[in-house]
Amino acid sequence: MKFKLKIWRQKNAKAKGQFESFSIENISSDTSFLEMLDILNNRLISEGKEPIAFDHDCREGICGMCSLYINGRAHGPDDDVTTCQLHMRKFRDGDTITIEPWRSAAFPVIRDLAVNRYAFDQILQAGGFVSVNTGGVPDGNAVPIAKPDADEAMDAAACIGCGACVATCKNGSAMLFVAARVSSLAKLPQGRVEATGRAKAMVAKMDELGFGGCTNTQACEAECPKAISISHIARLNREFLCAKLQD
Amino acid sequence: MFDNKLQSKIPAGPLAEKWTRHKSDIKVVSPANKRKLEIIVIGTGLGGASAAASLGELGYNVKIFCISDSPRRAHSIAAQGGINAAKNYQNDNDSVYRLFYDTIKGGDYRSREANVYRLAEVSPLIIDQCVAQGVPFAREYGGLLSNRSFGGAQVSRTFYARGQTGQQLLLGAYAALNRQIAEGKVKSYHRHEMLDLVMIDGKAKGIIARNLETGELERHGAHAVVIASGGYGNVFFLSTNAMNSNVSAAIQCYRHGAFFANPCFAQIHPTCIPVHGDQQSKLTLMSESLRNDGRIWVPKKLEDVEKLRKKQLKPSQISEDDRDYYLERRYPAFGNLVPRDVASRAAKERCDAGYGVNETGLAVFLDFSTAIDRLGKKVIAERYGNLFQMYEKITDVNPYEEPMQIYPAIHYTMGGIWVDYNLMTTIPGLYAIGEANFSDHGGNRLGASALMQGLADGYFVLPYTIGDYLSKEIQTPKTDIKDKAFDEAEKQVKEKIDKIFNVKGKQPVDAIHKKLGRVMWEYVGMARNDKGLRKALDLIEEIRREFWSDVLVPGENTEFNQELEKAVRLADFIETGKLMALDALNRRESCGGHFREEMQTEDGETRRDDRNFMYVSAWEYQGEGKDPLLHREPLIYESVRVSTRNYKD
Repeated sequence: MKFKLKIWRQKNAKAKGQFESFSIENISSDTSFLEMLDILNNRLISEGKEPIAFDHDCREGICGMCSLYINGRAHGPDDDVTTCQLHMRKFRDGDTITIEPWRSAAFPVIRDLAVNRYAFDQILQAGGFVSVNTGGVPDGNAVPIAKPDADEAMDAAACIGCGACVATCKNGSAMLFVAARVSSLAKLPQGRVEATGRAKAMVAKMDELGFGGCTNTQACEAECPKAISISHIARLNREFLCAKLQD
Repeated sequence: MFDNKLQSKIPAGPLAEKWTRHKSDIKVVSPANKRKLEIIVIGTGLGGASAAASLGELGYNVKIFCISDSPRRAHSIAAQGGINAAKNYQNDNDSVYRLFYDTIKGGDYRSREANVYRLAEVSPLIIDQCVAQGVPFAREYGGLLSNRSFGGAQVSRTFYARGQTGQQLLLGAYAALNRQIAEGKVKSYHRHEMLDLVMIDGKAKGIIARNLETGELERHGAHAVVIASGGYGNVFFLSTNAMNSNVSAAIQCYRHGAFFANPCFAQIHPTCIPVHGDQQSKLTLMSESLRNDGRIWVPKKLEDVEKLRKKQLKPSQISEDDRDYYLERRYPAFGNLVPRDVASRAAKERCDAGYGVNETGLAVFLDFSTAIDRLGKKVIAERYGNLFQMYEKITDVNPYEEPMQIYPAIHYTMGGIWVDYNLMTTIPGLYAIGEANFSDHGGNRLGASALMQGLADGYFVLPYTIGDYLSKEIQTPKTDIKDKAFDEAEKQVKEKIDKIFNVKGKQPVDAIHKKLGRVMWEYVGMARNDKGLRKALDLIEEIRREFWSDVLVPGENTEFNQELEKAVRLADFIETGKLMALDALNRRESCGGHFREEMQTEDGETRRDDRNFMYVSAWEYQGEGKDPLLHREPLIYESVRVSTRNYKD
């Protein structure tokens, strides 16, 4: 297969970026999207040019390190996958593919397609935990948890923290990310103890860090590679309101 | 054989009492003194994150470093199947002793009894801890925790969270870490890579780290340094490890005198998606848990193999009678749940005999049709849905309808930095935990035991044992990063980076790394022999020369430069490849994942040589270009009777 690529180039956070075009040939349809970029990069290096910086690590859709806005969609045209699981068979031979970094005020570009998502860590540091120290905890089976609750907690906990929800949202909101953590802990008795404070603290941190508000466009759910449901946002709102009412 | 430099410090007394007694014997540090002490932790996977969080909770001042943009990206996140613990919740007669015994036997009698017993002993605590953190483990309808079976065990002791157990456990440890970061007890450095260890007066006192965003070199001092940077599987280029997983932190320690133990023990996982072509960048694991319900087979007839390769026949069209369920045939007692090394070699044996089922001849089937008939598609989807989806996305084949194709791939490394019972290396003040050390898995690790070891070390072992060392450091002032040892280390790191840039050759880093990977897979992979290993050593030397004369790294040091990161890591992978080949050559026996073709039984099973090789090999660096020196730590079995592993009956 062969493709035309329009890729965002930006030297560093302060520099002005622009698109650069490349063409690439002899790509097998079984090649993954990132392998296609590897091939391009190795060619660029051999030609004495600078390769394209992009984030990636596990290449099996779980670490959340890869990103990329591909033809106007976070993680590209395939549903329920991250960019690293996207394969070239999902494109047509001869296609032009536009590749951009996540664009959000809270995720500054480091270089080309790589961005900094440290803001996500900061939101979780505001309350995305259960305050227990190591040791001295009860037996794992001491508190039975209804299977549907455990399952729903797991549904929310599947979030990989990639930032697709923020990149997709026209407001740059991190609501789905925050909701996934709040909701997962809210469904479990261990997380209930600090539930009210957690919702307030994490939402406040999200606002402080420059993420936008949620206007229910549902774009985040549509583009989430782990298909996290916006019903978790409803639960976050409920937790948040209850907390505010107690103030 | 006794070696003065290797003091394993295994406590005296009966096996089951060693850890309890040891805990009473070692010193503790008072809260007022903990506040004065600093600890550096390298890596944020299960070992590093759990250790840093626990040490922060205790009151130490911790600095933690990760190469990614967040601690949560560490490769522990990708572990799928589960975590073992001797809870005996299933009433199937599991016990601490049984988990200990299975682990020792699974490791083919090449691990330390005392360490493994301690691992089994603390395993139940890990489950309690994770539940308390809000880890959403799978549960039964009655609300209690669910278990599944894993290879090398005849009981059900594996706890899991769908096919994302590593992710959930890491998010638990990461949350505990975040809490300590918020409280100011842990300082987190993301996109930072340790490039050298700094030693003062023979003790580990700090590191030189490169800020990967800016290229700036930074000095960080501490009273102790903990290496939790994982394994070295990426020596092979193609492995199931994440692309950025590397061995550089460990190799810097090795160059400073920390011994590297059992480097030849690498685990080849039997159920990975086969290689599709030479553009491939990494291999994807299909969890071992699939072997609970999946049956592994190849056709009995070569003519069916031919038709499969030409796509004239679908696997589902081959009748039961014409299928060779070779694991069930060879190992009736354990069947599809034999340990990983055994399953991998059995797949290789069938493929070498010409029965490989894809165009490359390097694949076997993993079939769920029997399980789907028995349990229904819904139950299978509930158990393995995300794995099936992942498989279909990568291969474009629906595993509910046709069997998966799988083949062995490098997955985990049992070898690592040598540590004593306290998890301290041969350098005072330097510790190694999790996959980065060598201590618990011997020649082969059982499934669902890596998560167990990472968290055991980080939550329940290191926080106790490190106190014993630090209790003697309470009078030591904060490490001075202006010390000449830091000057010297920083200078050397800078020179190394400049040297790499100045090669200005023709080959990108990946091209040379792929060459190293091919040599390793061919000669230091699933089957090894004297001639091949000697050849590998020559070829690795050639690759080293090629690297230092022909590598091409574009850009500059003072910027975000991923090619430079890869180049620095490759230099260390080459060193590790050499260590692996040397160790494999020295170990003239077959055991666990290390299969020497000269040492096999008539039916192709491993043949150990306990008389000559019942020891840990620990290699001491002797300087650039020189062969390392071998030290031997004898393995003494007091509680188990050493026997030949038998998974047949």
